[in-house]
Amino acid sequence: MPEAAVATRELTLGEAVREALAEEMRRDSRVFVIGEDVAEAGTAFKVLSGLVDEFGPERVLDTPISEAGFTGIAVGAAMTGMRPVVDIMFGDFIGLTMDQMVNQAAKVHYMSGGKWKVPMVMRATLGATRRSAAQHSQSLHAWFCHVPGLKVVLPSTPYDAKGLLKSAIRDENPVVFFEDKMMFRFKGPVPAEEYTIPLGVADIKREGTDITLVATSSMVHVALGAAKLLEEYDISAEVIDPRTLWPLDEKTLIDSARKTSHVIVIDEGYGRYGATAELASVIAEGAFFDLEAPVKRMGAMHVPIPFSPPLEDVTVPTERTVFEAARAMCG
Amino acid sequence: MSTAIHPTKSEPTSQTEQWLRMYRRMLMIRLFEEHVNDLYTRALMPGLAHLYSGEEAIAVGICEALRPDDYITSTHRGHGHCVAKGAALDRMFAELLGKEAGYCKGKGGSMHIADPDTGNLGANAIVGGSAGIATGAAFAAKRLGNGRVCICFFGEGALGQGVLYEVMNMAALWKLPVVYVCENNLYNEYTHYNDTTAGDILTRARGFGLEAESVDGQDVRAVNAAAQKLIERARAGQGPSFLLANTYRFMGHHVGDVSRDYYRSKQEEAGWKTERDPLKLFGGFLGEQGIAGLDEMQAEVNAEIEKAVQFALAAPYPAVDKVDQDIYA
Repeated sequence: MPEAAVATRELTLGEAVREALAEEMRRDSRVFVIGEDVAEAGTAFKVLSGLVDEFGPERVLDTPISEAGFTGIAVGAAMTGMRPVVDIMFGDFIGLTMDQMVNQAAKVHYMSGGKWKVPMVMRATLGATRRSAAQHSQSLHAWFCHVPGLKVVLPSTPYDAKGLLKSAIRDENPVVFFEDKMMFRFKGPVPAEEYTIPLGVADIKREGTDITLVATSSMVHVALGAAKLLEEYDISAEVIDPRTLWPLDEKTLIDSARKTSHVIVIDEGYGRYGATAELASVIAEGAFFDLEAPVKRMGAMHVPIPFSPPLEDVTVPTERTVFEAARAMCG
Repeated sequence: MSTAIHPTKSEPTSQTEQWLRMYRRMLMIRLFEEHVNDLYTRALMPGLAHLYSGEEAIAVGICEALRPDDYITSTHRGHGHCVAKGAALDRMFAELLGKEAGYCKGKGGSMHIADPDTGNLGANAIVGGSAGIATGAAFAAKRLGNGRVCICFFGEGALGQGVLYEVMNMAALWKLPVVYVCENNLYNEYTHYNDTTAGDILTRARGFGLEAESVDGQDVRAVNAAAQKLIERARAGQGPSFLLANTYRFMGHHVGDVSRDYYRSKQEEAGWKTERDPLKLFGGFLGEQGIAGLDEMQAEVNAEIEKAVQFALAAPYPAVDKVDQDIYA
């Protein structure tokens, strides 16, 4: 393939995830995928289509609809020499896995005085506006951020998804990896050559001088859209994607806040006691004397996600609401 | 510091040697728990202690049938499982006292003893919490082809946890080398299991296609025979099984549970302690076989335990700056 074609290769986020898995499964025979409808079906979102053809049903393993059970099996398998990647179809189902993740996976290393390790990844989805109602639309990643022992990753582009997932699979700890189900067909450049992205390093998605928009996952694109709208009003917005909520690259967030003096934090999870609260306080504590306004938080409205489209659409931040908030803050 | 002694030996031993080894290990657990009780009531041990006294024949009978590299998962009532799998007493006591020299550097305590060297995946303070881990270890053993088997110890209280049935289903589907050992000591904490458990226990396991049987959990030879059969079966790739070991918790749910009249009678307790004590039963059997020296063994084990307790009492606590170490690997 000519080099130019390699350099401009575009993949969807779903393809980037699949490519990361396939590469890691080729690289390390201990890596396997376990979950509901992951094999022939390639998951409900078809993200894993074709994986079973290369690796077989032993390594792309369909399970019963038993999220707690197969997550627990993954914990034990990870402790004893395997590197499982658990597939949780909808992030809303993590409630079923909570004891396995919170009381087992997250604590095994510490409780054993550092002797046992749990090198596993849980892939789950987040994101509303798919008209899937209250039990298939939540963004619950903040739940895991609250628990020491877990790492939490939220990629916003195909490039980040691939590089971060590869790092997550190689990590010696339990890592929860949230993909926005509305972004599986979102395209972006992904190099053909191998690369990884370390966990704990934020990415400046757009440089700016007047306001910092800290955004995660799907909200990165909302923030980038808002930044464009702000241009027309001569407001230069910087967009920062932490990429991993834990470990958290506090320095990049604080440095940007000190530079722009205005910060909005945007995340699709619930605002109340959510990821935005933590990000906002990290920034407020680190950049207080450089801020000209309180850090503003924008998250999902505190309601169960409704089914009816006009109702659902007002529950999450949009380009327009972020733009308006930013304009008011910089006004 | 003494090193872990595997209860199992790969070289063939005489029947008498094996019996004495099992008796010694049971005695070690009983005396260990008596010392825990003593330390706790003298306020030398912080936290919680759930004693295994009365159930020794199960852990010992089963671990005697394991290879040193086989896995176990344990429970909040787990001292017996850990000792039976070969844990060193001094490091056990040190962990119970929260000392740096303990198995988990003092970070786990009584309910979380774990030790890769003896295949102990960890005691678990969530009832039924290790069912997934045990099944996952069996899954890895099968995938890696290392011939290991995992024993999942749990009390009958865990029969109330749905995850147990989820993993038994998958273990049967995938023919995993795991043996689920249900220690029915009759009480879910302070409630008789008859009030919490509908239907027949073995039928539950058989519903998933598991080989299931019950055994007198006070008879170490019976437990060992049943375990050998089920472990061999698992190792041969014939899939998971379920062993219901009927037993009795001699003490309270935890050391502080002293007023037990509201859930069980003193008469019931006395009956089990006099008629169904696994050590007395096995000791009596050994006497009938003309095997002597049990009193001397008791003195030896007692001395060993005293030494371990002294080691733990004298051992230093972890430095405070260790508090945020070992969160991530």
